[in-house]
Amino acid sequence: MLKIDNLHVKLEEEDKQILKGLSLEVPAGQVHAIMGPNGSGKSTLSYVLSGRDGYEVTEGSATLDGESLLDMEPEERAAAGLFLAFQYPVEIPGVGNMTFLRTAVNAQRKARGEAELSSGEFLKIVRAKAAELQISPDMLKRPVNVGFSGGEKKRNEILQMAMLEPRMCIMDETDSGLDVDAMRLVSDGVNALRGPDRSFLVITHYQRLLNHIQPDVVHIMADGRIVKSGGPELALQVEEEGYGDLLAEAR
Amino acid sequence: MNEITDLEVREGVDRETVETVQNMGSYKYGWDTEIEMEYAPKGLSEDIVRLISQKNGEPEWMTEWRLEAYRRWLTMTEPKWAMLNYPQIDYQDQYYYARPKSMEVKPKSLDEVDPKLLATYEKLGIPLKEQMILAGVEGADEAPAEGRRVAVDAVFDSVSVGTTFKDELAKAGVIFCSISEAIREHPELVKKYLGSVVPQSDNYFATLNSAVFSDGSFVYVPKGVRCPMELSTYFRINAENTGQFERTLIIADQGSYVSYLEGCTAPKRDTNQLHAAVVEIVILQDAEVKYSTVQNWFPGDEEGRGGIYNFVTKRADCREARAKVMWTQVETGSAITWKYPSCILRGDESQGEFYSIAIANNFQQADTGTKMIHLGKNTRSRIVSKGISAGQAQNTYRGLVSMHPRATNSRNYTQCDSLLIGDKCGAHTVPYIEVKNTSSRVEHEATTSKVDDDQLFYCRQRGMDEEEAVALVVNGFCREVLQALPMEFAMEAQSLVAISLEGSVG
Repeated sequence: MLKIDNLHVKLEEEDKQILKGLSLEVPAGQVHAIMGPNGSGKSTLSYVLSGRDGYEVTEGSATLDGESLLDMEPEERAAAGLFLAFQYPVEIPGVGNMTFLRTAVNAQRKARGEAELSSGEFLKIVRAKAAELQISPDMLKRPVNVGFSGGEKKRNEILQMAMLEPRMCIMDETDSGLDVDAMRLVSDGVNALRGPDRSFLVITHYQRLLNHIQPDVVHIMADGRIVKSGGPELALQVEEEGYGDLLAEAR
Repeated sequence: MNEITDLEVREGVDRETVETVQNMGSYKYGWDTEIEMEYAPKGLSEDIVRLISQKNGEPEWMTEWRLEAYRRWLTMTEPKWAMLNYPQIDYQDQYYYARPKSMEVKPKSLDEVDPKLLATYEKLGIPLKEQMILAGVEGADEAPAEGRRVAVDAVFDSVSVGTTFKDELAKAGVIFCSISEAIREHPELVKKYLGSVVPQSDNYFATLNSAVFSDGSFVYVPKGVRCPMELSTYFRINAENTGQFERTLIIADQGSYVSYLEGCTAPKRDTNQLHAAVVEIVILQDAEVKYSTVQNWFPGDEEGRGGIYNFVTKRADCREARAKVMWTQVETGSAITWKYPSCILRGDESQGEFYSIAIANNFQQADTGTKMIHLGKNTRSRIVSKGISAGQAQNTYRGLVSMHPRATNSRNYTQCDSLLIGDKCGAHTVPYIEVKNTSSRVEHEATTSKVDDDQLFYCRQRGMDEEEAVALVVNGFCREVLQALPMEFAMEAQSLVAISLEGSVG
């Protein structure tokens, strides 16, 4: 599914290397977690994969099912099935959540040469999926993320994920700012989406999210590279011991 | 079999539309109608004024009224205070009257109107048949099941081509016709109200209009009548080097209500064309008028060539107690826009509202806003202005809120937001506030922001291309104003916002 090979990335504005030869492969149907200390380049990785401006790839490649992601516009990556759940979901004043969702769903369908959803079809689907995430009809009508609580914003990201049905989901610290109940809702939403054709890359600081979303592989990232990979037990080790020993070992 | 033919026809139309749009660039009303025209000689003089009056079959008093305005105009100078840059207009180098030859004998009914003219309006999407307009064809979520009807007065260059639903409106006592017809048929009303809101001598362009106005719409809603349908006028400039000078007069008698829509387009031409209109609205006790405009005159091309010079005076007079007016405008067209729809709040407890979206892209310049003149006690006004600038455009909000000594306990709230797209455009806000009593309250809020990269990236990550993302964000920015529009207008305006901003990013 997702294959990242020797990826080197620097900031466009200043001469600062963030990713320094990162390699990673997420096969179809798997959930991989990335953990790492602050400043290790986790968020940069999610932005570079989704095509945000401001980064320059100096070496390496990233492909989704063999197609180079790095040559595509952000919306082309989205239509190809790449989804990023934002760490800080963006507010768009005046644009109803529902309008936003429908525009996004239909833009992707159009890009893939599929028929657009009628308002009837769309409403039916969105209502069912919103109910599962305990998103109220009122929240669907309100402007995108405006005045949403931290938990509401993250649930809204998962709703978008559920509606867009991406194949490759990147979640950038989706657990930050969530209380226990919200974390359970979000995790249940993600787990419901798990399937043989869909993969997840879960970026997180804390092991507790991984109690809810069981990863197949855990990667430890430091200084722009994956320094160690292992099973779920690796996350537990980090939780208990911190990154110190792992990083020392890697050096 | 039938179904297949239907489908083919529809596909054919779609393909044609797509091609037309592609050939035109983003302005989709830029085509012209080939039709034989009759022009008054080029230039402006007393003779031309007399000729226009005569073509309209006007009585002597009207001709005199025009001449008086013309003589006045000769003594005036063009105002230069607006933040607009354009070459000196040569008033002698254009035509002041142009009408299709086929309109020489005024058609008695729409069936007699030249098919070419009917086809023009059909192509513009303006129904001149008295049929139901199905609201929400574009797929509105909240489209009502039943259709809505809109009566249309269609103005083509200097003449009104026809007015729909006249008979049905007449049953309700509502007069809806062209202004030239009103001058002939209802002189008592015209004499009483014409120039009573915008006097002949009001300003340079209004005075010019008073001298040479050719046609426009007239509405009278009698006491206590709620107009049974929305009324609209659709202005089309077709002829080259011709100015359009329409005059609209709306009178809402005591306790009445009417909602009026105005739309305008023009072909794509390399030269600039002048449009100087006057709209006067008289609102009597407890009456209410909603006036909505979608102004989509040709804005000029990407290089700033061509486009309409739009100098318009619009004013509503809330003449008696509790009269109410609401202006809503979506200004996306014209190379130059000079326009300040205003409210005179004369009656006690009268109310004025102004909702505006002004979009300027490429080399467009807009200087627009409103005037709220509070004269009566306990009067209220509200201004919501959304200015969007892109390309190298300059967009100015200019507004006056004036509380006179007698206007005690009055209120105004103004919100003025500007949005910038790119780094070569400008947004300016020029609010004038005068308060001459101690019990009134005026609030003014203003913001200027740029389209946020984070918002655009968020939209694009969800699959929208850059232009779609900009359109979505901008529509959100304009939402309060779009909501003030009647529904079918709101949808047109929404897609217009997207079209107007094509090519503004990237």
